[in-house]
Amino acid sequence: MSMAGRLVLVAALLAGTATPLAARKDRDEAPAWQGASAEPENPYPSTYRPYPGTPTVLRGATIFDGEGARIDNGVLFLSDGKVTAIGGPDTPIPADVTVIDAQGKYVTPGVIDIHSHLGDYPSPGVDALSDGNEATSPVTPHVWAEHSIWPQDPGFSRALANGGVTTLQILPGSANLFGGRSVTLKNVPARTMQGMKFPGAPYGLKMACGENPKRVYGSKGREPSTRMGNMAVDRQTWIKAREYQKKRAAGKDQTRDLGMETLADVLEGKILVQNHCYRADEMANVIDMSKEFGYKVAAFHHAVEAYKIADLLRDNGICAALWGDWYGFKMEAYDGIKENIPLVHRAGACAIVHSDDQDGIQRLNQEAAKALGAGRRMGIDISDAVAWTWLAINPARAMGIADRTGSLKTGKMADVVLWNGNPFSTYTRPEKVWIDGALMYDSANPKLRPVTDFELGQIGGGDVK
Amino acid sequence: MNGIGHIRSALAVLAMTVATPVIAQSSVAITGATLAIGDGSEPVRNGTVVIAGGKVVAAGAGVAVPAGAKIVDAGGKWVTPGIVSGFSRVGLAEVPAVKETNDTRASSPFSAAIDVAPAINPLANPIAISRTGGVTRAVVAPAAGDGMFAGQGAVIDLGADMNAITKARAFQYVEMGEAGAQEAGGSRAAMVLTFRMMLHQAQDYAKAPASYDGGSRDALLNRVDAQALVPVVTGAMPLMVHVESARDILTVLALRQEFPALRLIIAGATEGWMVAPQIAAANVPVITAGLEDLPSSFEKLAATQSNVGRMVKAGVAVSMGMLTGDDALQLRVATQQAGNMVALTKVPGATGLSWGQALRTITSAPAEAMGLGDRIGSLRPGRAGDVVMWDGDPFEMTSAPVAVWIDGVEQPLVNRQTRLRDRYADPAEGALPKAYEW
Repeated sequence: MSMAGRLVLVAALLAGTATPLAARKDRDEAPAWQGASAEPENPYPSTYRPYPGTPTVLRGATIFDGEGARIDNGVLFLSDGKVTAIGGPDTPIPADVTVIDAQGKYVTPGVIDIHSHLGDYPSPGVDALSDGNEATSPVTPHVWAEHSIWPQDPGFSRALANGGVTTLQILPGSANLFGGRSVTLKNVPARTMQGMKFPGAPYGLKMACGENPKRVYGSKGREPSTRMGNMAVDRQTWIKAREYQKKRAAGKDQTRDLGMETLADVLEGKILVQNHCYRADEMANVIDMSKEFGYKVAAFHHAVEAYKIADLLRDNGICAALWGDWYGFKMEAYDGIKENIPLVHRAGACAIVHSDDQDGIQRLNQEAAKALGAGRRMGIDISDAVAWTWLAINPARAMGIADRTGSLKTGKMADVVLWNGNPFSTYTRPEKVWIDGALMYDSANPKLRPVTDFELGQIGGGDVK
Repeated sequence: MNGIGHIRSALAVLAMTVATPVIAQSSVAITGATLAIGDGSEPVRNGTVVIAGGKVVAAGAGVAVPAGAKIVDAGGKWVTPGIVSGFSRVGLAEVPAVKETNDTRASSPFSAAIDVAPAINPLANPIAISRTGGVTRAVVAPAAGDGMFAGQGAVIDLGADMNAITKARAFQYVEMGEAGAQEAGGSRAAMVLTFRMMLHQAQDYAKAPASYDGGSRDALLNRVDAQALVPVVTGAMPLMVHVESARDILTVLALRQEFPALRLIIAGATEGWMVAPQIAAANVPVITAGLEDLPSSFEKLAATQSNVGRMVKAGVAVSMGMLTGDDALQLRVATQQAGNMVALTKVPGATGLSWGQALRTITSAPAEAMGLGDRIGSLRPGRAGDVVMWDGDPFEMTSAPVAVWIDGVEQPLVNRQTRLRDRYADPAEGALPKAYEW
């Protein structure tokens, strides 16, 4: 299947309806603006292909499947880049495959970080590489984070080796109300962004409410300078976007507008809204706005007050992507509490642990452990296996890739971490990490650890010495 | 810190914020503990800690319980000294991004003379939140505003009372890496020269205060700042120097050739492992971030998570603190930093710390770096009765304190975060709005 075809399929899955994008392709007539791109609907296509793997069995581990199930003394069989079999000790496996004795260890799906700026705010954090915020206008849905990504960011390698991160969404920053498109990456080293791009993953649209847009533009004497200004500019923009989308769907001529293309795709359910929003009352406003204009928020990010409206999030099917214990660094973060994640979870809403940080992404399992412990202390009984959904199937769902990764189900991508102990323990680290069945990190093999161009030949050498 | 005044003010504060009154016990014995002293030794089972008069009397296995002591049975729970944050700005900001609440940095005619002590807010919520996380003491540094010298930092306790200061003017803080070069006009060459000339002018001031002309064209320091640097140049006050790179560390160590009395403390030291033998030979303590493993700037190109382990192995006295941000808020992650040092002992090729060594980096080591090792930071006899009892291994993120004592006074573990948690345990509103649930 072509990339564009996959994209359409994904979009259809997400929206639950046939899409105008597919309909336009069916007309067999490219719009006039289309040039010689190999994939006109997808002009920066993924070139990622799974790296070679060997059929491998992990035997004897405690497995968290990423959807809440736990298997003791489990068997996991990976072949052809996929999960081929998973089950208890009697799970049948072929005779001629590599078997890893994983007794006393733990196996999970790879960690998925729904909120990262690796590549667009890379290390070293110098101005020359600072490419995360197009802070020249509050409305920049036309920018794509993928065009800022520097694949040589050393942060990718640390996230892999220390954090077991196999998939991550790279977002534009939060200076703008409409920050631009996000991109989802496989955490594999590559010369180009396209070499990391998750094949067929839907795009996201980064939006932001609250302090950042009003501060950035208010300080320039521009709209928005207030929260009501934030909402007003948002709504004006959605009005234009709906007009654009209606014309596009009807096949009417109009000047192609990159930003409007993105917003029209949001209105058609093909691009997922990833909304930076801290305060409960503002999330409620955004939910109403999404109903006013007919789109859906996939996840509120940094939602430190999600616990105050966990019922509202549940009823509207919106995920909350959260830190374990960050609080108080700015006014809208003042009411952050350690029990946010377990409270959201207990209400029946979708909780996600995210990082937004090049250090935090190396320890998302520990951030989840903070939330788990805080929840248990207040009587919220969540098992380890269920808590792993915060790092696996829940972010996969909010990113529109749950049909391919995010859990260890037969037929899904073999994105797998073998941990040297219980991954909710501070004393535990990844021992091996597979991406699409290829072993991409092995703690026992110093050569099986990526070193970026930036670090090659430097005195630190990529922390592999 | 002990005495009636202390207790009375504690009660006054607590009466406003919590329902449970605090009663200072004259003598407390915590028994049946999985006990760690904080001096680098490994934990022991069935340990006892005896606190009297606000100080540790004895701690260890087989310690006798004095007659009349209030007995707290730990039932096998972990007991440690209170965590000492080796570097922070706690108490100087309530909400760091709200500038009215942020006293960490100033654009001021003064630099070295600035003293953070009167700016510490003992009622800042981050103090209560950190205390609830097991942090009982903190090194508090000012941030550099205009110029390399930021001023004089303090060591504080995080008790629920109005007397936070353990030691005011505990050290002078100076920026000397990338940030220092910027503060000094744009180059390290100018920075080193500026530093040297400032210290010479402090010496001039010391020789003849009356004739020091802080307003002259050659003066780099006004009279007040010159006076403040006198104890630095004489060695009466430690100088905490923030540098990250190996070369900047060596530059700082070399300053003692010209100023032999300098009592240096190096903060940062992300590349410390590269020059660890030199740091150890110079007998200079290091306060570092612990988990900094990315080349996040060009002065951290050699960042490695093995930095702490390698420096300790080379004989450097290493403490950990909040060198990478969130220094006013997240002191409680000290246990996470320490636990990750232990985790590294299981990673092939990495260098970590034993459990006891790791605890030392967040208890006695920072106390000793501040010259306060005989007063705080461990459960050795005579130290302040700063004790934490945990519901599990303190380095596990699923664990939390169940009791905290500071100067022998049991502390409240309620803060506005726990109140918000309780209010929203069920997000649905009842007959009346949430605002009536308190």
